[in-house]
Amino acid sequence: MQYSEKVMDHFAHPRNVGEIEDADGVGTVGNATCGDIMQMFLKIENDVIVDVKFKTFGCGAAIATSSMATELIKGHTVQEALELTNQAVVEALDGLPPIKIHCSVLAEEAVRAALADYYRKTGREIDFEVPEKDEEACHIIPEEE
Amino acid sequence: MEDRFVYADNAATTPVAPEVVAAMTPYLTEKWGNPSSMYSKGREARRGLDEARETAAGALGCAPNELYFTSGGTEADNWALKGGARFMRAKQGRTHVITSTIEHPAVLRSCEALAREGFRVSYVKVHENGIIDMDELGRLLDRNTAIVAVMLANNEIGTIQPIPEIAKLAHEAGALMFTDAVQAVGSIPVNVKELGVDMLSLSGHKLGAPKGIGALYMRRGLKIDKYIDGGGQERGMRSGTENLPYIAGLAEALRLAVSRLPDMERVRAMRDRLADYILNNIPHTIYNGDREHRLPGNLNISFEYIEGESLLLLLDMAGICISTGSACSSNSLEPSHVLLALGLPAEKAHGSMRVSLSHGNTEEDIDYIIEKLPGIVKRLRDMSPIYPGEDK
Repeated sequence: MQYSEKVMDHFAHPRNVGEIEDADGVGTVGNATCGDIMQMFLKIENDVIVDVKFKTFGCGAAIATSSMATELIKGHTVQEALELTNQAVVEALDGLPPIKIHCSVLAEEAVRAALADYYRKTGREIDFEVPEKDEEACHIIPEEE
Repeated sequence: MEDRFVYADNAATTPVAPEVVAAMTPYLTEKWGNPSSMYSKGREARRGLDEARETAAGALGCAPNELYFTSGGTEADNWALKGGARFMRAKQGRTHVITSTIEHPAVLRSCEALAREGFRVSYVKVHENGIIDMDELGRLLDRNTAIVAVMLANNEIGTIQPIPEIAKLAHEAGALMFTDAVQAVGSIPVNVKELGVDMLSLSGHKLGAPKGIGALYMRRGLKIDKYIDGGGQERGMRSGTENLPYIAGLAEALRLAVSRLPDMERVRAMRDRLADYILNNIPHTIYNGDREHRLPGNLNISFEYIEGESLLLLLDMAGICISTGSACSSNSLEPSHVLLALGLPAEKAHGSMRVSLSHGNTEEDIDYIIEKLPGIVKRLRDMSPIYPGEDK
């Protein structure tokens, strides 16, 4: 298993680590049993994500995908952030080992969970899919190999 | 302290000792004959093979003709376990295999293969300290038990099992006793007669020989099925022209390891210094496995609220090689079965670090780990959404 240089860069120098105290949306996905938890904090003004921070418990790929996801949505509109796919995160990182693809899925879900929280707080109807909390399901098994 | 390279993963593999290279070289250069050839070039190689077998047997306390060279520990495990179980089934109709929950995959997967061909496999649990539950073993043993396979020392937590007692119980039930001693040989004294086992496996690259060589001890009089059919090498049990350079290397590595056993006290002291430092200075840490009954170089600690692969990668960037029982560093997405068997919850197994020291390590290595580790753990905890803070 080998990480790309981009993954190692984002792992060693993660962007946007931390918390936002008066965040407009906070989302947490994953669980400790499975070995990764991502927490995403959003500051939103006029439907634009003006600031984003994250905290992650997890492997190198979990940290790198969280970091990359924050970069991909920062300065973008809520609608654009909702369109972020795990595939986009993987491509931006120059790929991930198959067994680590689930980390990129978690990053996408963390963004969605934080946006859902923002929708709830602002009384908007959530018209997109929100990741369900599932303590049992740890693994998204890679299709290939 | 200046940046260093600290290799602290000797349970994974070890560098080949210069003495071992020196012992191998003649068989890669001038003494290249086939030990089975009758002319002088062959006889020269045969002498080398005989000497190597004698040296290796001497290091283990067995007779030379009780030792079979293999391609490594995994082959020896497969051979002993499958061969032993099938032998007892053919001979006495016994179809029950007993092993422990913390065995190496070479043993566990071999047991699963035996289960597929109709054997019933029982897994003895271990206590919280990683030592097997002797009472449960006693209950599981029956007149149908073909073989008991319990490792001498564990590869992850280094715990040393009471093999003489286990062997005694196995033999009282009429079963064979096999121990995987891959991690133990070279770290602690290993004498097959004192252990009382029928078979024992070992691997060269864990003790300063190259990868691709190991051995199986099989007690005289026991004749399980041969492992490889062919030209009749290894007394007909494991055919194929002998890998003489590597066999010579393994013999020298064994000789060297036995001569260096007293130095393991120094290794043990270094290990304990590191353990005490971590336990006293880094909060939220768990010492995995028994403190007394364990290999002198092994340390296994869980750091709560962080994940082991991240720890491994950051330590690597600092020049320190360790390993982890985290799921994310394996190809399985499951945390270490050994740590789970101790009753450790998955989230704590994910944050485990295994340090395995050997002769090559120095006090400066320990100083360097002590210098780098706390900052790296803190850095990952500061990034962790579940970390409650230092004094919680």
